[in-house]
Amino acid sequence: MAALDRYRTEDRRALDQLYRRVGGPEAAERLQLTWQWERRQNPAARHAVPWLVREGTAIIGACTALPVRVSVGGRDVTGTPVRERNVAMVYQQFINYPSMTVAQNIASPLKLRRETNIERRVRDLAERLHIEMFLDRLPAELSGGQQQRVALARALAKGAPLMLLDEPLVNLDYKLREELREELTQLFAAGDSTVVYATTEPAEALLLGGYTAVLGEGRLLQYGPTAEVFHAPASLAVARAFSDPPMNLLAARPSGAGLAIAAGPELPLPAGVALGGQAQYTVGVRASALRLQERAGDLSMHGVVELAEISGSDTYVHLASPMGSLVAQVPGVHYFDLGQPVALYVQPGQLYVFGADGALLHAPIRRGI
Amino acid sequence: MARITLDLAHSYKPQPVADSDYALLPLKMEFEDGGAYALLGPSGCGKTTMLNIMSGLLVPSHGSVLFDGRDVTRASPQERNIAQVFQFPVIYDTMTVAQNLAFPLKNRKVPEAQIRERVGAIAEMLELSGQLDQRAAGLAADAKQKISLGRGLVRPDVAAVLFDEPLTVIDPHLKWQLRRKLKQIHHELKLTLIYVTHDQIEALTFADQVVVMTRGRAVQVGAADALFERPQHVFVGHFIGSPGMNFLPVEHAEGHLQLAEHRLPAPGARTLPAGPLLVGVRPEYLARAEPGAAGALACQVLRVQDLGTSLMLTAEVAGQVLRARFDPDARLPAPGETVWLQVLGEHTCFYQNEELL
Repeated sequence: MAALDRYRTEDRRALDQLYRRVGGPEAAERLQLTWQWERRQNPAARHAVPWLVREGTAIIGACTALPVRVSVGGRDVTGTPVRERNVAMVYQQFINYPSMTVAQNIASPLKLRRETNIERRVRDLAERLHIEMFLDRLPAELSGGQQQRVALARALAKGAPLMLLDEPLVNLDYKLREELREELTQLFAAGDSTVVYATTEPAEALLLGGYTAVLGEGRLLQYGPTAEVFHAPASLAVARAFSDPPMNLLAARPSGAGLAIAAGPELPLPAGVALGGQAQYTVGVRASALRLQERAGDLSMHGVVELAEISGSDTYVHLASPMGSLVAQVPGVHYFDLGQPVALYVQPGQLYVFGADGALLHAPIRRGI
Repeated sequence: MARITLDLAHSYKPQPVADSDYALLPLKMEFEDGGAYALLGPSGCGKTTMLNIMSGLLVPSHGSVLFDGRDVTRASPQERNIAQVFQFPVIYDTMTVAQNLAFPLKNRKVPEAQIRERVGAIAEMLELSGQLDQRAAGLAADAKQKISLGRGLVRPDVAAVLFDEPLTVIDPHLKWQLRRKLKQIHHELKLTLIYVTHDQIEALTFADQVVVMTRGRAVQVGAADALFERPQHVFVGHFIGSPGMNFLPVEHAEGHLQLAEHRLPAPGARTLPAGPLLVGVRPEYLARAEPGAAGALACQVLRVQDLGTSLMLTAEVAGQVLRARFDPDARLPAPGETVWLQVLGEHTCFYQNEELL
């Protein structure tokens, strides 16, 4: 407990009882964790931490959290310095040895361990990250994306059972980010390290798949298979953090056999939903569930366009409405005038319902994949 | 306000020979008076070089810059009457918000009453009215950048306002609101606005016309729908959209498009040149087809990813990877299974030497 006291006097966040249960028949083992943050230090801390769990040994809370008890593969490593834990790390900034060539950078963890066949393994890793043509260059002679690839190759060279990545793509152009995201997903899936990847971007967590822990204001809000967490967020806080564009959240109250959205339409209650007699509810609508074309049985919502953001693949239509502001994600390129009146349509079955305490009461039923 | 005509090239090297010696390859371009333009491309594509040549910070090594037909190639930014907004706030910390906004007008000896009116209007548009008497020093980064934007927009008589990635310092959650402000302001003030960015959403949302640039060339000038539907160059297909367009290398001969052992009927409605071509189809338009359907290919599923708001299917055919986007409710085959994908259709584009046919 001496360590814990020290953390407290330093007013740092502390993490309690992070442990892993080994066992179970699945190849990808499930992490069990209980988080209890001692203090809030930075309320704007990262929202989402996807965990891609593969076989191999488990977990520590590295630089952002100071753990009270952490075990890796059953061994208590709470007081063990990071460099003795056999952990590979990649940061937001592109960190390489500036005076070493790319080849020397990648080789450095192998040399430290006095491994053989270093040259071949460096080449293999460089090929996997598409930097084999830069092996003789210095990091400063490379672009940001290439520098981050070198840092990733060095982390992979370490062959550590645990790899921690802290928003590794955030400083790259979006197209490079898109490419590397895809490549990393493949690399992690092919490797046998446990990978913990911190990010604020829901799209990144979804692409990585695996498991996601959603953190908010220093608390663990939800943990589970990524798609499950996304499609059935346990609370309003998770729905807010794990949605881009943000989920539309509308105040509602009970009305007859259903719910009435304040200044909006009434909706029949989906079968099997027990409201539990609360006076206030929140109805959640994903931006992607809203459409411009009406289908049978749709609810309609009306507003005026504040802005249409065009990504190419999608148009994000921001509306001001009597229900509050709404955002719709519609596929393709669409143009709107500022202030243009627009009707949006949604199937009642696509709506989420949250109780007055923010807990999820109903999530849409999924039919895909 | 002015129409800007460029007919120039620029090299930072004294004796350029190869294409790669040029930061901007020879180009001709016209920016209409009152238009909203974006220069979009990755780092090093030449977009900032082009902006600096328009503003007068850089004299092009070859050719000329005209404002309303007048040669201003060697004129300074002041002489050109240009306003600029940079990535990071450029303001006077010791002045109040109102004094900062008034400064460009005071400098040009605009009458006091007119200054007050204009500063009030710009502050209103940028929602800075409540902070006019506050000192700029104590404000957050995004408020400071709003002042920079205001200073760029405050003079009604500028030839053009040039923006170099102005929303870099803005919190992601506030960005769309500022994009909306800029769009609204363009609507109301009808200034010529030119906006440099590497972010496709920013470019496509802000501009009526987007100039897509790569390796010193402007490969397409067009509106968002044209860039998405009919990319003039493979780079545009790749750069616009997430993920970008799929490309399949085929050999065109005798009415067939040959991809390794796979054969597609060449589209009858149009004549394509013989030889190597690229077939381009966006993930959004790569639909499932019946086995053996004309213009479809049998592909092997590599992965299906649930991206939350859509499903992404990645498949392989003849060593080429294709991505297709589906509705979240779609039922898709598992990895290893065969899926037929409709490669040829009304949205399919054909490329020769990277240019659209």
